[in-house]
Amino acid sequence: MPSARRGLSFYLLTAFFGLFVLFLYGPTVTILVLSFQGPEGGLTFPMNGVSLHWFRNLFQQQAVGDFGGSFRRSLALGLVVMVLTVLFSLLAGFAFRRRFVGSNALFYLTVASLIVPSILVSLGIGLLFNILGLEPTWYGSAMGAHLTWTLPFGLLIVFAIFNRFNPAYEEAARDLGATPWQTVRHVVLPILLPSLIGVGMSGFTLSYDEFARTLMTAGSFNTLPLEIYGMTTNVTTPVLYALGSLTTVFSFTIIGVVLMTLAGLRRRRLGHTGGAA
Amino acid sequence: MTVTAAHAPPDPAVSGRVPSGHVPPTTKPGGGAVRARRWRRLAPYLQAAPLAVTLVLFLLIPILTILVVSFWDYDSVRVIPDFVLTNYAELLTSPVTWKTYLNTLKFAGLTWAITLVIGFTVAYFLAFHVHSTVWQMVLFLVCTIPFWTSNIIRMISWIPFLGRNGLLNSTLIAAGVIDQPLEFLLFSDFSVVLAYVHLNALFMVVPIFNSMMRIDRALVEAARDAGAKGWQVVWNVILPLSKPGIAIGSIFVVTLVMGDFITVRLMSGGQSASIGLMIANEISLLQYPAAAANAVILLAVVLLMVAAMLRVVDIRKEL
Repeated sequence: MPSARRGLSFYLLTAFFGLFVLFLYGPTVTILVLSFQGPEGGLTFPMNGVSLHWFRNLFQQQAVGDFGGSFRRSLALGLVVMVLTVLFSLLAGFAFRRRFVGSNALFYLTVASLIVPSILVSLGIGLLFNILGLEPTWYGSAMGAHLTWTLPFGLLIVFAIFNRFNPAYEEAARDLGATPWQTVRHVVLPILLPSLIGVGMSGFTLSYDEFARTLMTAGSFNTLPLEIYGMTTNVTTPVLYALGSLTTVFSFTIIGVVLMTLAGLRRRRLGHTGGAA
Repeated sequence: MTVTAAHAPPDPAVSGRVPSGHVPPTTKPGGGAVRARRWRRLAPYLQAAPLAVTLVLFLLIPILTILVVSFWDYDSVRVIPDFVLTNYAELLTSPVTWKTYLNTLKFAGLTWAITLVIGFTVAYFLAFHVHSTVWQMVLFLVCTIPFWTSNIIRMISWIPFLGRNGLLNSTLIAAGVIDQPLEFLLFSDFSVVLAYVHLNALFMVVPIFNSMMRIDRALVEAARDAGAKGWQVVWNVILPLSKPGIAIGSIFVVTLVMGDFITVRLMSGGQSASIGLMIANEISLLQYPAAAANAVILLAVVLLMVAAMLRVVDIRKEL
């Protein structure tokens, strides 16, 4: 845009945006700081010294519940959900590029999966397993429940990619004699790769943090969000913040690694075209 | 299927007419071609199967189970398969239900209005006032990253901020604005709506930003050339063209708030109720048929609200 003059509205909007970012991150920063509270410190300011006391406390089994176990379960579950989300939504994305009987029904079912309140999914799966006499488990029923939340996001992202995807690349590959599989492997997938990494990340993080859909489906072993939720009702020390800080830092690390990978891919691709030109 | 250069010389005239996503038929006659054609017809079904099976097993059948169980009977120790309407009758004749629905709708309405204003403003800033694409991407990411972290933690993090001895109260007291800590800040309807806005504003920002990025900048220029002032451009050009994004964002925010129970439970400190919380409480009391009837009504209400919003926009076109 040629009009580079920045009036009052620009500065007002910038201020608004700044406040919004503060609103988004402020509270998280607060608990990050408070998790270093001294051993005598409480849930609010002022800081009563600075220590790692509450982080140490976190790793003592008796102080809080089974933090290590629930973390491992959430991690494993998140990874499985991630792989399945990428695979299933990519495959379905290919299917939706052609006509097939029931495509509309499947599309609406997928959208419905986003709209149906999480507690209904939890209740429904819980009831179903109950009636069938099956034991709900975090790696079975809870995984299914998580997929009903991650797959719609995955499919919508894949849709968005395919809608912007230029079919000329595929036609060119075919004209050059590539088999359908070679076209997918060497042309389509490399183009989709960044977005698929995005789908994978959303699958993992959505599952890793999912609470409502896990509530009635996890069975006798807690995932991390269930564990944290349990803590909110019976833990009144900053150990809660220590756990909150740790899992938030963990999430940020994953997002950071993904974003850096994406930036790296972009640079490599730009480098390629730059070299060719 | 192998197509060698000798068999099928690339013909730009032909491949130009081939519709996208459609493999041109091979010129080689015989069993291979038939098999390939059959595979091509079958492929979409096989590709869609994992998604379809997952959603049928873990969404459709569970919802049908809820529907069935909502007609069952129960006593204090067990659930009895039956066909009774008492669950619905008790639910719909209880004034508590209506009050709770009213409360839930109030939360949804307030959250919707606030997130809409925030979402539109933030998206407008990003789409029309940040000119560098790199900055646009960076700031957009800054807005979206909290979405990938735990909701429960994000709710808890308001406690040291809003509590009786929290940051806000002590700042206000130190500044001499108030002399008693404000009690309404935490464990109140205020903190519930605040948390809803905090958790869900993103669902407005992203689709509205997406819609705005597709607005042809020439339209904005044209409006300016025709003499429109800044706010007139926003009101008469950008707002109408952002409607699809607004509708999608609204669907997200409204359905998330309508079905929520965890935010109300954590942030109201037991002072307030929502339909989701009512269902969660019935579940913990093992009153499954009552919870199921409640869930069916909630689903019906949510679907009606979504249907109303979908009249504004065809989401499939917006992806």
